[in-house]
Amino acid sequence: MSTATETIEQLANREYKYGFVTEVESETIAKGLNEDIVRLISEKKNEPAWLLEWRLKAYRLWLTMKEPTWQNVKYDPINYQDISYYSAPKKKKALNSLDDVDPEVKRTFDKLGIPLEEQKLLAGVAVDAVFDSVSVATTFREKLANMGIIFMSFSEAVQHHPELVKKYLGSVVPHTDNFFAALNSAVFSDGSFVYVPKGVRCPMELSTYFRINAKETGQFERTLIIADEGAYVSYLEGCTAPMRDENQLHAAVVELVAHDDATIKYSTIQNWYPGDKEGKGGIYNFVTKRGLCQGRRSKITWTQVETGSAITWKYPGCILQGDGSIGEFYSVATTNNWQQADTGTKMVHLGKNTRSTIVSKGISAGHGQNTYRGLVRIGKNAANARNYSQCDSLLIGDKCGAHTFPYLEIRNTSARVEHEASTSKIGEDQIFYCRSRGLNLEDSINMIVSGFCKEVFRELPMEFAVEAQKLLSVSLEGSVG
Amino acid sequence: MSMLDVKNLHVTAEGKEILKGLDLHVNPGEVHAIMGPNGSGKSTLARALSGHPQYAVTEGEVLFEGRDLLAMDPDERAREGVFMAFQYPVEIAGVINANFLKAALNAKRKHLGQPEFDAMEFLQLVREKSKLLEIEDSMLKRAVNEGFSGGEKKRNEIFHMALLEPKLAILDETDSGLDIDALKLVAAGVNAMRSPDRAFIVVTHYQRLLNYIVPDFVHVLSGGRIVKSGGKELALELEAKGYGWIDAA
Repeated sequence: MSTATETIEQLANREYKYGFVTEVESETIAKGLNEDIVRLISEKKNEPAWLLEWRLKAYRLWLTMKEPTWQNVKYDPINYQDISYYSAPKKKKALNSLDDVDPEVKRTFDKLGIPLEEQKLLAGVAVDAVFDSVSVATTFREKLANMGIIFMSFSEAVQHHPELVKKYLGSVVPHTDNFFAALNSAVFSDGSFVYVPKGVRCPMELSTYFRINAKETGQFERTLIIADEGAYVSYLEGCTAPMRDENQLHAAVVELVAHDDATIKYSTIQNWYPGDKEGKGGIYNFVTKRGLCQGRRSKITWTQVETGSAITWKYPGCILQGDGSIGEFYSVATTNNWQQADTGTKMVHLGKNTRSTIVSKGISAGHGQNTYRGLVRIGKNAANARNYSQCDSLLIGDKCGAHTFPYLEIRNTSARVEHEASTSKIGEDQIFYCRSRGLNLEDSINMIVSGFCKEVFRELPMEFAVEAQKLLSVSLEGSVG
Repeated sequence: MSMLDVKNLHVTAEGKEILKGLDLHVNPGEVHAIMGPNGSGKSTLARALSGHPQYAVTEGEVLFEGRDLLAMDPDERAREGVFMAFQYPVEIAGVINANFLKAALNAKRKHLGQPEFDAMEFLQLVREKSKLLEIEDSMLKRAVNEGFSGGEKKRNEIFHMALLEPKLAILDETDSGLDIDALKLVAAGVNAMRSPDRAFIVVTHYQRLLNYIVPDFVHVLSGGRIVKSGGKELALELEAKGYGWIDAA
């Protein structure tokens, strides 16, 4: 065995650095799911009657639905009665300012590199922090409010802006959409709400940081972002969870609405606990994300860096309804050890002169299985629609797999659709070439992988591109042998 | 002190023994040409010295400035001052040539306890070194070797060498696939770097390169061993008589 292999094995034994548990007194409701649980969640959040009805409708529909099985992943059946659907750190009094946040919770976010005190934050980033089922703090809120921008937790939005929530909730991802979206609609707990008014360009990155802490709890967040005419907003989400032997379910729904000439950039750095080297534990990340380009010349860009989770099942898509609207999807998905990912996008062209771009980079290492699944649908009225798709797969080692399932449905003859795909193996030759110039093994792999992902990283807000690159190198540690 | 001492080197690749007891002694300032027919083990020697993982040393010893070279990882060898110009330079998509070189150079400087170069200092050095090899700006901004012509790849290798300033440079069939103009350019790049404290091992099949990079010693490799050594005139003799002459001798 070469010394290189030994070095790699040492690196592989490095731990998931976000795997700690916070000791905080939590209020967690009993396991199981029934109408009473749905009512209880709604009651805890002091929701209006219409929202409870909406949840119940979703719950009743969910009971009749079957879990999807078409995805290219394997897992034991989930017992939905063995999960607690709501957990929140106990608060001693109402949260009026950041000072009221439980110090343990605050320390958790500090440890994760997400300080909640505004003066310590990265300049130009406002943060909403979600701990288990509830939002614990939203920063820079007043500054944004002065411009008419609403950035708050979903629960607060229900209280303060019910008309907006009622108007848009479920308008892009209806509760009937799929099994996990129906489940989320019934039991969602918290998430972020963003509204950017007409003509306003949001002056800072908005960011939500999701943390699962409690045991045997699911996280079901719901995020809704609306950019009114001519508005611009860039939003980023990050996620981590403690290391636990059991799998935990995370089934989120994200809806975006862009009106005429509005732009929404939505970036994700997903680093849920991926399970251990034997494939034990980890998060099941079953997420529905969709953006509606409702207005003319509107634009939605999804950028995702998916390095965590035991299983990832998500297809952030765009419905290009407005004429001249643009949808983009840039993705890096890595699977190492026993991780599985089935991810991609849906671009549905309805309006004229609509354009979409898909750039997907899949990296598989260890026993990881990585699937790209993407749909490009050109409707019959979508004259002069264009799509460009590029799917590249990088294999590290010989026990992993890469799969590509592109679906094209074209009902208008003026459409122009291009698809390119490639699969390559990270070569011993490439690594040796880098090392022969003096770069150590780790830096060599990082360099090759970051080169492979470059087209996606350059879409990320700058502060996060650096973080994404670091995360990627951590998640691939020990992948070459 | 000698630069490189190779004693009784045995190297196996894909289960087959290719070098079967090779000895070579290189002093600072010297240029050694390694010639030989296809399959004689020339490239194996170059790759084994630079630490390619597919070439396993089964017997023998290599000392670089008196230290055990074989105990070092390939990147450590590079940082210590051993450089190999590849016969087939490797493409690395998405990694900008200039960034790659800056990372490599700084890895070396850090290893040697020298301050790392910032972007401006690096750029200045690049300007200086790129002139001689006629390296255009576009070659620096493109991904490493990606879409480079054969000649560009080889010039890029010598450019890497010029920036990294190794103590010992091994050129593995750098002349293959080069037209005469490119060959002259590459040779000029190498000659400019010849100095009393730097040594070169030039692996080549043809004598042609040695018209431009004039060696101090020529060694003929056959069957995994050096079977004949001499001065620069040995290359000419080989050219005239062919490798069959060695095997027959």
